[in-house]
Amino acid sequence: MTTTAARERTERPSSARPGRRGDRVFAGVVRTAAFTILAALVAVFVFLAAEGWVGLTAEPDTYAPFTTFVRYLLPLIVSTLLASALALVVAVPFAVAVALFISHYAPRSLASALGYVIDLLAAVPSVVFGLWGGRYLAAYLQPAHVWLHDHLGFVPIFGDPSPNGRSLFTASIVLAIMILPIMTAISREVFLQTPRLHEEAALALGATRWEMIRYAVFPYARSGMVSGIMLGLGRALGETMAVAMVLATTPTTTLNVIGTASPATIAANIALNYKEATPERQSLLIATGLVLFVVTFLVNFGARWVAGRSSRRLNT
Amino acid sequence: MTAAPLALSQARLPRWAPVLVGVIALALAGLPALLSGWGSVTWLVTAVAVFLVGMPLWSRLVEGRRAAVDRLVTALIWTAFAVACAPLVWLVYVVVRNGAPAINGRFLSISMLNVIGDEQGGIYHALLGTLLVTVAATVVSVPIGILTAIYLVEYGKRSRPARLITFLVDVMTGIPSIVAGLFALALLVLVFGTAFRAGIGGSIALSLLMVPTVVRSSEEMMRLVPDDLREASYALGVPKWRTVTGVVLPTSVAGIVTGVVLAISRVIGETAPLLVVAGATDGVNTNLFDGRMTTLPVFIFSQYATSTPVGYERAWGGALVLIALVMVLNLAARLVGRIFAPAKSH
Repeated sequence: MTTTAARERTERPSSARPGRRGDRVFAGVVRTAAFTILAALVAVFVFLAAEGWVGLTAEPDTYAPFTTFVRYLLPLIVSTLLASALALVVAVPFAVAVALFISHYAPRSLASALGYVIDLLAAVPSVVFGLWGGRYLAAYLQPAHVWLHDHLGFVPIFGDPSPNGRSLFTASIVLAIMILPIMTAISREVFLQTPRLHEEAALALGATRWEMIRYAVFPYARSGMVSGIMLGLGRALGETMAVAMVLATTPTTTLNVIGTASPATIAANIALNYKEATPERQSLLIATGLVLFVVTFLVNFGARWVAGRSSRRLNT
Repeated sequence: MTAAPLALSQARLPRWAPVLVGVIALALAGLPALLSGWGSVTWLVTAVAVFLVGMPLWSRLVEGRRAAVDRLVTALIWTAFAVACAPLVWLVYVVVRNGAPAINGRFLSISMLNVIGDEQGGIYHALLGTLLVTVAATVVSVPIGILTAIYLVEYGKRSRPARLITFLVDVMTGIPSIVAGLFALALLVLVFGTAFRAGIGGSIALSLLMVPTVVRSSEEMMRLVPDDLREASYALGVPKWRTVTGVVLPTSVAGIVTGVVLAISRVIGETAPLLVVAGATDGVNTNLFDGRMTTLPVFIFSQYATSTPVGYERAWGGALVLIALVMVLNLAARLVGRIFAPAKSH
């Protein structure tokens, strides 16, 4: 006992081998890099706040055609929420179905290749989606606007239809397509993690494939699906170009998503107005960006928290 | 004791039943399609609708309710996948058809400087801008990303700060790109004054978007390196930092490169942040630190915003080049991953 202790004591200085200093330097470097990321995240908040602060309480004419920051922001927020909600309503069933298709329905040998096709959707730049949405999809969906107005006109969001289809509704469809890959990817992963034994047990009890999915896969994957949906929501809230290019924006307050005059979303408003910005106006845009950052941060935070909680629960 | 014998099997439709129903549905929908001259899309949609009704109905009559529901869901899921693929196919088709006529040698080799009206313009300045901005973003974010991944895998392990960083990196992947752009703008404006615009701002924004992707993929790859290798290295008396740089990194390099290239392909199409902070200009600007710099996505957007036929044509040409770039990067990433993947250790 004493001899080993003594040997350790004598050996300690010899651990100051050539590598020792390198070790300390290297550890310092990687630690610095890691904390740079924390610092960057804080910096995003600090700089946006520092520059945007002025925009919160500027001269009333900065907010033209409105007079205060809240009034200026409100239509943008309504638009953002409407577009994201619509995009989710469209995309969620598809995301779940496509994820199930890849995890449980597609022929085994094709599944990963088909999954790659959906991933390719995520690789298409948003500006190209915007170009396609504005030049093709809008015209294609125009009859759908008329149909929605004729049959569901009593719902306030389906007011007078746009003659060219460049409405918040079309923008939401583009958003739905854009958030589909991330939602599919997350759901697919949790579907694939369902224990084989649960699935086989369900089938052995005589369940059909759909019953097996309903009673063995869905309960297991529920929080993963929620997390995927929230990540999709985060993307939809912050997506800029597709909305900026599809929508012809007017600063009014309206709930009509299929009309010609809709306010932009927060993100699209920034992209469309940064050019003519006076310094005050620039601060205002940065202030709206700060609001967007906080909202998406919270949504993403929630999504990861849900996902983390479920994976901890499953592992124990 | 006259209970009916328990039936352990029930009637099933033959394996080829869905095919038969499919053919019948196509034929049934084909009749009105021929008579009233529908397009092929309407015909297909009608056929799918007929299938979605017919298949469960037949199954209900022969197999019972539960099987019918199962068949309905199966059909719905296949349909959903086909519908989800449709935008991709349509979009790629449209981009190629509209973009291909716009592209020629001159389009790729001149800028928009002094291009008036319907004269032929070009994307040379935008290509150069995209290249410079993206390279600068890569130079900033790759070292930070890889070093952070090393910290998380080799040093932080499961400690509290490491878990916090992992969590925040995950949250960071969801930062809207326009917010990253505004951050870079706020930073530059604070330092250099309100009217300052430069390509480097775009690089700052893009690196903010790239770092999380690089960290996650590198981290994943380094975790795959078996501990045997590390322990073998320690046993030879190699210090930890030499083990990391000499054993762990070389073993996982293929995966890390794949992750980096995928991250590049993700940010190369970013428009919003560059629009806000790097701006647009007609001429070539090779100085990252001074003056506006056009990138390819911003070029597409500004040509689209002109709302003229020639503007649209240039936008489509730019879109085709951009999509081709992204796809080539994607393929390259996967090839690198496959070719240089280390042999399985066991």
